[in-house]
Amino acid sequence: MPDILTIARQFIEALPFSRALGMQLTEIGAGSASIEMPWDARLVGDPATGVLHGGAISALMDTASGAAVMSHPAAPISTATLDLRIDYMRPASPGQRITARAECHHVTRSVAFVRVVACDDDSARPVAMGTGAFTLDRPKGGAS
Amino acid sequence: MKRPEPVAQVKSRRDTALAALVGAVPYVQFLGIRFDRRGDELTAWLPYADILIGNPTLPALHGGVTASFLEVTALIGLAWSSLWDDLEAGRIDPARVAAGEVPPLPKTIDFTVDYLRAGLPRDCYARARVMRSGRRFASVQVESWQDNRERPFALGSVHCLMPEAGLMPEDRA
Repeated sequence: MPDILTIARQFIEALPFSRALGMQLTEIGAGSASIEMPWDARLVGDPATGVLHGGAISALMDTASGAAVMSHPAAPISTATLDLRIDYMRPASPGQRITARAECHHVTRSVAFVRVVACDDDSARPVAMGTGAFTLDRPKGGAS
Repeated sequence: MKRPEPVAQVKSRRDTALAALVGAVPYVQFLGIRFDRRGDELTAWLPYADILIGNPTLPALHGGVTASFLEVTALIGLAWSSLWDDLEAGRIDPARVAAGEVPPLPKTIDFTVDYLRAGLPRDCYARARVMRSGRRFASVQVESWQDNRERPFALGSVHCLMPEAGLMPEDRA
């Protein structure tokens, strides 16, 4: 039987936009997930420096957050972003992969509150941090 | 009195400057975002493509596509409003802009996006409104819609650090 990481990885990598950005799920827990995105010249925002565009990093952070919600023990059948706020602390170092790690720090019957941090190789100095609210659609008739 | 400049020449100068600004950003090209200009007003246009999907079962656009589209619209909108002022006032040489010498884009400090409804597998449009543009900081609101202008599907709010002012030493390449 394939393990949960394999199933979750296939799920994320089947999303067309996540696949186009080269996202790879590296860790999935009970309400947490890490996703990596390699540096790619097509995703650059500033060609003079090779720094990735904030939008590509936002996309990675949104995907990691959604994966964290889906992995929550409440076993949601689906999720959608209600809102996401991202603080960009510094430019991502050119050529380095970005890893976003998201965690549901609280869930209610219908909403998951998520925190997400994006780092390049220097994991002590995050590139961006975000907080989001996500819908949590529970299976019908399931425990609440 | 000086005769007004021929309209075709004015339009061509403005369109060339806009194309240089937009063409300088690889990620904007990757997403396929275009800009429609009427006077100084820009409307961003994201033609639908299959790679923009995030939820194949609905199907719906990826939340990251929506976020990226809003952020691109806000940054280009802000950069365009200052480029427009500089061009119209004759402070910068349109020939240099046309040759690809575009001013650096503002940097995003923080970005908030409200997802009002799922993005349908259709074209998206967006407009940015610069609420405040200071020497160092700017605040931009952005709204995106699909078929119906009165029913936006996402709203964004972006704070930016303006180029050439307030750069932290660690931000310098």
